[in-house]
Amino acid sequence: MAIELKMPALSPTMEEGTLAKWLVKEGDTVKSGDILAEIETDKATMEFESIDEGVIGKILVAEGTEGVKVGTVIAVIGDGEVTAAPPAAAPEPAPSTHTAVTPPAPKARANDPEVPVGTQMRQCTVREALRDAMAEEMRRDARVFVMGEEVAQYQGAYKVTQGLLDEFGPKRVIDTPITEYGFAGIGAGAAMGGLRPIVEFMTFNFAMQAIDHVINSAAKTNYMSGGQMRCPVVFRGPNGAASRVGAQHSQNYGPWYASVPGLIVIAPYDAADAKGLLKAAIRSEDPVVFLENELVYGRSFDLPELDDHVLPIGKARIMREGKDVTIVSYSIGVGLALEAADLLAGEGIDAEVLDLRTLRPLDREAVLTSLAKTNRVVVAEEGWPQCSIASEIIAICMEDGFDNLDAPVLRVCNEDVPLPYAANLEKAAIIDAARIAAAVRQVCYR
Amino acid sequence: MAKSKTPSTVAAGDDTFALRSLQDAHDANPRYAASDEQLLTFYEQMLLIRRFEEKAGQLYGLGLIGGFCHLYIGQEAVAVGLQSALDGGKDSVITGYRDHGHMLAYGIDPKVIMAELTGRGAGISRGKGGSMHMFSTEHKFYGGHGIVGAQVPLGAGLAFAHQYAEDGGLCMAYFGDGAANQGQVYEAFNMAALWNLPIIFVVENNGYAMGTAVQRGSAETHFHRRGTAFRIPGISVNGMDVLEVRSAAEVAVAHVRSGKGPVLMELITYRYRGHSMSDPAKYRSREEVQEMRDKHDPIDAAKAELLKRGVAEDRLKELEKQIRSKVNEAADFAENSPEPEMSELYTDVLVERY
Repeated sequence: MAIELKMPALSPTMEEGTLAKWLVKEGDTVKSGDILAEIETDKATMEFESIDEGVIGKILVAEGTEGVKVGTVIAVIGDGEVTAAPPAAAPEPAPSTHTAVTPPAPKARANDPEVPVGTQMRQCTVREALRDAMAEEMRRDARVFVMGEEVAQYQGAYKVTQGLLDEFGPKRVIDTPITEYGFAGIGAGAAMGGLRPIVEFMTFNFAMQAIDHVINSAAKTNYMSGGQMRCPVVFRGPNGAASRVGAQHSQNYGPWYASVPGLIVIAPYDAADAKGLLKAAIRSEDPVVFLENELVYGRSFDLPELDDHVLPIGKARIMREGKDVTIVSYSIGVGLALEAADLLAGEGIDAEVLDLRTLRPLDREAVLTSLAKTNRVVVAEEGWPQCSIASEIIAICMEDGFDNLDAPVLRVCNEDVPLPYAANLEKAAIIDAARIAAAVRQVCYR
Repeated sequence: MAKSKTPSTVAAGDDTFALRSLQDAHDANPRYAASDEQLLTFYEQMLLIRRFEEKAGQLYGLGLIGGFCHLYIGQEAVAVGLQSALDGGKDSVITGYRDHGHMLAYGIDPKVIMAELTGRGAGISRGKGGSMHMFSTEHKFYGGHGIVGAQVPLGAGLAFAHQYAEDGGLCMAYFGDGAANQGQVYEAFNMAALWNLPIIFVVENNGYAMGTAVQRGSAETHFHRRGTAFRIPGISVNGMDVLEVRSAAEVAVAHVRSGKGPVLMELITYRYRGHSMSDPAKYRSREEVQEMRDKHDPIDAAKAELLKRGVAEDRLKELEKQIRSKVNEAADFAENSPEPEMSELYTDVLVERY
């Protein structure tokens, strides 16, 4: 009789991890509660605890092994002969549609015209890019500090602020109590007082508690004061659906903030944009809402090796050039749009993918220029359809691009429901490449 | 389960917290020993606020001031007594929407305040803020905020900036007895005490949160006690006597300036007018208001004291005349200066161009 020990999922978004260390060896007797191993997830190093009793029969994955998929058998308790009945037909495994996205083929990617041709690139995760952006700006300007829940000693709930406390100390990397309304107000007030705060929301879902300060205090003060009182604060954190965390933790606030004059709203997709735009956001004299995406944090992209990679706010970017149709998107939707474009390429449809990058001010020109070239537009947005960025893009196309349109503009958004927990329902509720491709076929009359 | 003593619980030992020490210090020396000239200055400032607000009420009635307009009449001793104890060069002040008095107490030109009330281009916010949204970064006056209680965490942020910049300044954050029931006030208390921020929280308790009497809306009506849960010492002060206010301010400022963290002051005061110009104030009796006006008016009291000290009545009359003409000038300016240019509609939305 043997019991299989499988690589556990230790966070909602974990798909694989590193088996950092075995704390037991073959032949050891273990009981429930014993720590068997240390496992590094995308967020932290976790202890893997036994819930069974017996003798470790076989260790199947050596310590130090990276990229061990969740569910892989890593050891066996007992004699190695598995006699347990196979589990009953389980529902489809958890990973959401997003996590299945394969990175688009590099050949299809267009270069960012903001990055000099021939710039050396290195692979970097979005998480590291964001951290580096903050660290570089903190080195550059003593007024910049970061505050939020678990940003310092814990090294960031999503590890985005990892290492900042060590380098900059507790004066500039500040753990707050769980009190969003209060610390958003303190951040805005500190900005009014001449500092450059970066306020991290553990996720933007919690910023609902603080939205009064983001909008009424930060966004409106410069106008109400006749230009006297600035509020150069950055509110940043993950936004949009994560994975299986239910309705209250899965919402895209892009359209909410993007509707507010006085705010800058940025929602980058890849590492280069995350870094270049976060640096620009920190330097901006205006209040910025910087929307990240948890599911993208761990993805690696090309990052230009420049001493000071700062990108312009308010400029969209063509991620893939095409001539038949334009797919407009932002944040995680860009990855899905690129995937859809690759699918469509096999069918002879050459799609252009436009990443808005900044949601306010919106780059109308870039949308209209691409529309004038392809004459067809689909908007892909990981968020609800009503009063969305997609609605706004469609309005822009109607107002100023109507004569160039060969088909109605379509939007592909999440289903108009609070995000469900069940894996199948969640998958059904969130946009994917197949749905984007279907909409593209429709506007191409294919 | 046995409680283990963590470092944080040790750091919060009760021996370091003297709840009543500031109240005792204030009670030991309740009135500030002002010179005749100082008291005269306080009197002048309070009278300017009174006359300015009366004029504002009049202009509102004439339709020259729109929207919400909250007058400070009756509460003058609070802003004057407190702000006279601050160092204008480095301390910051923030308040809610009943903000005209705090600006006048800082010597900001009544013309640009009144012109803001009438929504003119020459207003201190170029006509784009109005009564509730006025600022003077030059005087470190940070508004002027319309959302009840929002100025409290913002004030804690200003205090944070003082501490961060090590500029020796402190922040004075005013709010009302109504705002004192907002949750964010206590979030700010917690962090201010946790981080030892240089801030004086000031509750201007005028007895009514709009139309709701304090005892109808507050379980603990002694607002100065509300910092206790956060280890913030409180002082209760008679807000109708400018010298008592000033004396208490000295105690609070000394405490904060010496790095001991936040103080919560409660100023017991009274507003003679309604919550705003559109409030008929039916929730209290005429007699109650009259009693305050007759027996507790801070301006009458200061005047009586000046006369008692031997300051010539003619001098006070001359002063009153000057204030009246200053206010009339401000009103004329506010009435006759032009509305903002249409081009101002789209200015100051953002600082930079993108």
